[in-house]
Amino acid sequence: MIVDSKRTLPEGKNNIVNHRWIGGASMWVIGPCVLVLAASPLLVAWQNHPGESEDGKRLFIANCAPCHGADGDAIAGVDFGHGKFRRASTDNDIIEIIKAGVPGTGMPAFSNELSEVEIRMLTSYLRFLAGSAQSASAPGDAAGGKTIFEGKGKCLDCHRVKDRGSRLGPDLTEIGSVRRSVELERSILEPDAEILPQNRFVRVVTRDDVTITGRLLNQDTFTVQLMDSRERLRSFERSDLKEYVFVDKSPMPSYQSKFDPRELADLVSYLVSLKKPEKN
Amino acid sequence: MNTHVLLLIIAASFSCVQTSRAQISFDRILDANKEPENWLTYSGTILGQRHSLLNQITPANVKSLELQWIYQARSLQKFEATPLVVDGVMYTVQAPNDVIALDATTGRIFWTYSYNPGRAHPCCGRVNRGLAILGDTLFMGTIDAHLLAIDAKNGRPLWNTMVARAKSGYAITHAPLVLKDKVIIGTAGGEYGIRGFIAAYDAHTGKEAWRFYTIPGPGEPGHETWEGDSWQIGGGPVWMTGSYDPTLNLTYWGVGNPSPDWNADVRPGDNLYSDSVVALDADTGKLKWYYQFTPHDDLDFDSVQVPVLTDIAWHGQKRKVILWANRNGFFYVLDRQTGQFLLGKPFVEVTWASGFDQKGRPVRVSGQTSSAEGTRIYPGNPGATSWYSPSYSPHTGLFYIPAWANSSSVFVKVPVEYKEGREFAAGMARSSIPFDWSPTPNFRKEDEGYGAVRALDPQSGERKWEFKMTDVTEAGILTTASDLLFSGGREGYFYALDARSGALLWKTSLGAAVISGPMTYSVGGKQYVAVNAGNCLFTFALRQ
Repeated sequence: MIVDSKRTLPEGKNNIVNHRWIGGASMWVIGPCVLVLAASPLLVAWQNHPGESEDGKRLFIANCAPCHGADGDAIAGVDFGHGKFRRASTDNDIIEIIKAGVPGTGMPAFSNELSEVEIRMLTSYLRFLAGSAQSASAPGDAAGGKTIFEGKGKCLDCHRVKDRGSRLGPDLTEIGSVRRSVELERSILEPDAEILPQNRFVRVVTRDDVTITGRLLNQDTFTVQLMDSRERLRSFERSDLKEYVFVDKSPMPSYQSKFDPRELADLVSYLVSLKKPEKN
Repeated sequence: MNTHVLLLIIAASFSCVQTSRAQISFDRILDANKEPENWLTYSGTILGQRHSLLNQITPANVKSLELQWIYQARSLQKFEATPLVVDGVMYTVQAPNDVIALDATTGRIFWTYSYNPGRAHPCCGRVNRGLAILGDTLFMGTIDAHLLAIDAKNGRPLWNTMVARAKSGYAITHAPLVLKDKVIIGTAGGEYGIRGFIAAYDAHTGKEAWRFYTIPGPGEPGHETWEGDSWQIGGGPVWMTGSYDPTLNLTYWGVGNPSPDWNADVRPGDNLYSDSVVALDADTGKLKWYYQFTPHDDLDFDSVQVPVLTDIAWHGQKRKVILWANRNGFFYVLDRQTGQFLLGKPFVEVTWASGFDQKGRPVRVSGQTSSAEGTRIYPGNPGATSWYSPSYSPHTGLFYIPAWANSSSVFVKVPVEYKEGREFAAGMARSSIPFDWSPTPNFRKEDEGYGAVRALDPQSGERKWEFKMTDVTEAGILTTASDLLFSGGREGYFYALDARSGALLWKTSLGAAVISGPMTYSVGGKQYVAVNAGNCLFTFALRQ
């Protein structure tokens, strides 16, 4: 029998290369920025579907980043972003180290904390880290970045840090714990390159022709929940809507030509410094 | 317990005693359609159709369904069991292995039997999908791979047979199937390098009557499809209940993935009878025929779906067939007398195979294999469908499938070494759809995967209609003689569709994923529909 309606991906897209990434947090900055800077080297195009590395990343952030950092380079001699391990050379080595820990070091055993599947997800994520683009273009000054963030960049118009700023865009209070510097940099320069699923915007048009655009909070077969531009939590019956569509473009403009390299580096450094508080 | 409740229970018990008939003979199981008020097997009848002849609830009145009662399980595991209902008494399983007898009209508990399983580590949850009954005896497989017989009147255990060693990775999660005087059960453990089997046990004594290894040993036909010693740890688990054709005396079972799941390099060959349907003589367990859906599988395409049996006019000729929507994305029609391949057609996007040769063997697409760097393949690892019960309605002539559309995964293989009782999967599969059954926010677009009920014409495999959900589904499907279809999904809705058109007729939100197959029964002339969502069992009936 011949199969119809089969769907074979184009040649070259079947194999997923290591250069892939589930975007950075979209930085939302509204306001005039006049400085120009040269484009930084960015991540190579990836072919993962949005959200696909999220499980591994979530595990990494929860279990590894507290010691290894979001970039995986906070422990001397170890740099996941460059595929640099002290003791592991194969996936199985990594798996065994995650399971058993490294006696005499701060590396605990995770065999009771994580399932086999989760350990494999983590290992896969570490492989991804090693194969993806490295850290941001240049180190910067976090204090200077904070000034740009709150001043010239007008980032608080859309983003929130602790109790300041808008809730409409992604909350950046702990962004340094969950996003790597290279991702943050890319989000500033190319906000459309990748928008995380949880940062998607939708537009709904009600039967009486009211259009509401907002951040998608949830959806199901019959309803949709969003935060509108006035930070109101709204819920709609889909049967009451004339239109319900995803907004493909990020509401955040590109700052490719608006910050100079120093400002960009400072801003990224500031964002990286926004960490989750240490547990007591 | 206060006096009032006690009296209620006694009254309820008494009324059931008054209405109960003879014990559940095998003849009653064979003729289950003659007593549609009861639900005597996992799929309702031994044909696996999950179709009921009850017709009190209709497309015209389904809007007035209302909640009757809820049973809240203590377990936080997925609630996957389909209850049995026998003359007003419901029997179900609270995960992992607590058997509960309830008044089917009130939800009040008659008795509970708690089995405390030994150390076991089934791959995908400490779950159980239900019971079988014969006479006054219930049968349950346990996650530590035992088969238990339990007195249906008082919950007292009658016998306990170890089916396989849990320490080696064996588990039992599906409902047993009673055939004549035997109880048939299979073993899960495809992620642990087991050697799977289906076995029959004497219903009275628990003594093993026959055993069919899903991975043939030396000297047996099919053994040549394994290289070296790979057959000893070749997987072939069985984790869904089979079906039975009394006219042929054949029982049909779906077999799961070969081990290790994603690195097929260590097991060259077709790896029979992994990912196959096997037709076994019900008395001896001898293999009559097989059909392998996914030879030399490297994508974890378990073929454990419930075999759905029906007789249809196939190109003008009456034919005994099996309808099968496989995890690998194809819908199949097979002749169940001979195993002849009659039709194979994708019901979702499929990239791993481009079609079939003359004998019905799938033609693999070059490059669409699990790889060290990862390969995107449709359908994804969760499958185009999986263990979630399909349904066939003789009234509409349509076959209904819980489907995952636009779903893909990146399949990765890694080297692996077998260690007894340790995971033996040799890779992983990444998907953009969370591996999470609780209601989590859904931000996905349609092209990133969605769930659906799809109605197919078995004659052609053509889709007649589709009911789309925004999120995916692990819910089974029930159809009734009044042309209603009941199902649910991960979003937590439970709903009724017009089985002929797919139109939504009724819905309710149960607040957590439906990970079970709905069923229906009747007591005192009142039809009920029951389904699990989250950790609860809900029952509905028409408002009175």
